[in-house]
Amino acid sequence: MSSTPYSSVLPPVGSLSSESHQTVIRPSRGLAALDPRELWRRRELAWVLALRDLRVRYKQTFLGVAWAVIQPLATMVVLHIFFGKVMGMADKVGGVPYPVFLYAGLLPWTLFANAVTASSNSLVGNAHILSKVYFPRLLLPLSATLVPAIDYAIAFVVLAGLMVWFQVPVTVGLVLVPLLVLSTVIAVLGVGILLASLTVCYRDFRYVVPFMLQLWLFMTPVIYDLSFVPEQYQWLMHLNPMAGTIDAFRAVVLDQPVNYAAWLVSTTVAAVTLLVGLTFFAKLERRFADVV
Amino acid sequence: MSQAVIQVEQLSKRYRLGQTQTLRQRLMSMVVPSCRDAKVHNQSQDFWALRDVSFRVEPGKVLGVVGHNGAGKSTLLKLLSRITDPTSGTATIHGRVASLLEVGTGFHPELTGRENIFLNGAILGLKRSEIKKHFDRIVDFAEVDRFLDTPVKRYSSGMYVRLAFAIAAHLEPEVLIVDEVLAVGDAAFQRKCLGKMSDVAQSGRTVIFVSHNMAAVRNLCHEAILLDSGRVAHAGDTPEVIDAYLNQLFASTASNGEVNWEDNSGAPGSEEVRLLSVRVTDPAGQRRGVFDLSEPVQVELTYRVRKPVDDMRWVIKVMCDDGTIALATTDHTQRAARTEPGVFRSICTIPERLLNVGRYTLRINAGCPGLKILVPSKPYLRFQTTRTTDHGSHYTEQWPGAVAPLLDWKMKPITPNELETCTGIAA
Repeated sequence: MSSTPYSSVLPPVGSLSSESHQTVIRPSRGLAALDPRELWRRRELAWVLALRDLRVRYKQTFLGVAWAVIQPLATMVVLHIFFGKVMGMADKVGGVPYPVFLYAGLLPWTLFANAVTASSNSLVGNAHILSKVYFPRLLLPLSATLVPAIDYAIAFVVLAGLMVWFQVPVTVGLVLVPLLVLSTVIAVLGVGILLASLTVCYRDFRYVVPFMLQLWLFMTPVIYDLSFVPEQYQWLMHLNPMAGTIDAFRAVVLDQPVNYAAWLVSTTVAAVTLLVGLTFFAKLERRFADVV
Repeated sequence: MSQAVIQVEQLSKRYRLGQTQTLRQRLMSMVVPSCRDAKVHNQSQDFWALRDVSFRVEPGKVLGVVGHNGAGKSTLLKLLSRITDPTSGTATIHGRVASLLEVGTGFHPELTGRENIFLNGAILGLKRSEIKKHFDRIVDFAEVDRFLDTPVKRYSSGMYVRLAFAIAAHLEPEVLIVDEVLAVGDAAFQRKCLGKMSDVAQSGRTVIFVSHNMAAVRNLCHEAILLDSGRVAHAGDTPEVIDAYLNQLFASTASNGEVNWEDNSGAPGSEEVRLLSVRVTDPAGQRRGVFDLSEPVQVELTYRVRKPVDDMRWVIKVMCDDGTIALATTDHTQRAARTEPGVFRSICTIPERLLNVGRYTLRINAGCPGLKILVPSKPYLRFQTTRTTDHGSHYTEQWPGAVAPLLDWKMKPITPNELETCTGIAA
């Protein structure tokens, strides 16, 4: 008696093309384990999971989407008061408005910090799904990056507002912005994916990541610019995948000379990190469900 | 022979036992050579959850997978569902695979029913367009239309499971992999699950079904494999495999059908009486841990009386797993007033068709009522009952009740005259 409702639910088997899917399950090897085709086929899931995070976040908050603006703006104000006014940094950045200087640095940094935090927790945080259903695991850190990316886009609009308010001239240099965003995304994904797989295997990273990001902020030219660093240590700064990119982004916004070498080195380091991260992820992916 | 939908060859999965390495151990082993020894030691604790498993399933067949806990059933499901990777071997599956290891995977309590339908659907591999197409039918089926925009954390557990199951029921896979954990929940839900599976099979799809419920396996599965310690111990027609499984069950729990104590040290009892052994046996005296409902269970107590005791009696309580007493029995009417020293054996027979399917614990004590305890009341032995044959109905779930005796039922027509004389009611 209970079986009748289902018969109407199921279409006849002939309506499905059985040759279209063939799955071969075998021990996976190398980067091929990431299976970009499968990743593309299931791309909707990354968006659905991001939508879930977004909805859950706004269901529990009063200010909702405003947080995307409040976080970098409030940080900017506090840093401006302490470093700009109290410590006199505002006068040492080449005659540009220090609030815009700070905000232009905080914008990519906030994306980096939030996205790296979210993706490093993405596998552990979704363990209940990971251990019950198959899907390309890489979708989790990718999806975790989407919500900070939306915040980033909203915060971008605020930057435009600040530029108008402080009368920062709009120059042709701004055509570089898309490339700089790309550099930022590479760094975000590289560090995020690497930390995501490390966090599954070694839970220490749950504590390491927030602490590491705190220190990382001070090793990145956000409050100061690269020229504050003594010449002989500058190359060390370039190895920071965010340093050259943030410095170049701010230079473009404020119409200052761009340090192309620093940008290139940072982006190369970011790209290598991404490659290492993906290799690591592919190697560990098949163990996630066993250890998570 | 038609092409196999599922072809599994030499599939193996190895797990490392013990603690996984911490970051510190890992770093130390890279720096300090002596720490590498610890790593080598770890490798010696390899555990093969699945070893060289091969089988094939043809289109439209339902394959049952049976075996003890820890035999590798769950690992096999996880490998076929691609949740984890095999260590070696291959499995080739033709067609879209859906695996239901639980219902409602990824449901978020804060989200509404509507939002969770899309979320869970996407996790199970449905495209947004497919979910939209089935949306109304999913809602209808789950009977939650009034609560669609309520967060699922406010749902009753029944609504929650119905919604979760409705989404799963709208997957349209050619291959369905189902774990028996689906058979949790109330009887109605279990019937739905089993009904759904026989429908899936009848519509020409291929199903792999893992279960401990032999009646369900017998009803649903065309063929079955028996896993034992990660290997295929038996494969073939369902009844044959079930027999092999039950034989294995009987054999491996035989040691549980008996508990012995050394005469003096540690035997439960008192100065006057010591319990020497408790056994459960079939009528032939063979001790066993598992009994079919159609056979009697004999409880055999062996004990030494060391001093003459007056008015001693044994009490056996047959306890259900949830702690309720299914029945209690005592021997006082059969016993002489005084028992002289010596070794004795008392046998109590629990008749066939009295107990239900399940696990029972024997709580036993001896004493002189109101005077002293001779053997303290403790759970001394467990045994299990199963039903290997259907009892005629299609009721495949656990029959409710601590006991499930076959009672006598009669039915007869009543004539108007009889009705009048019996009840005083005019027809």
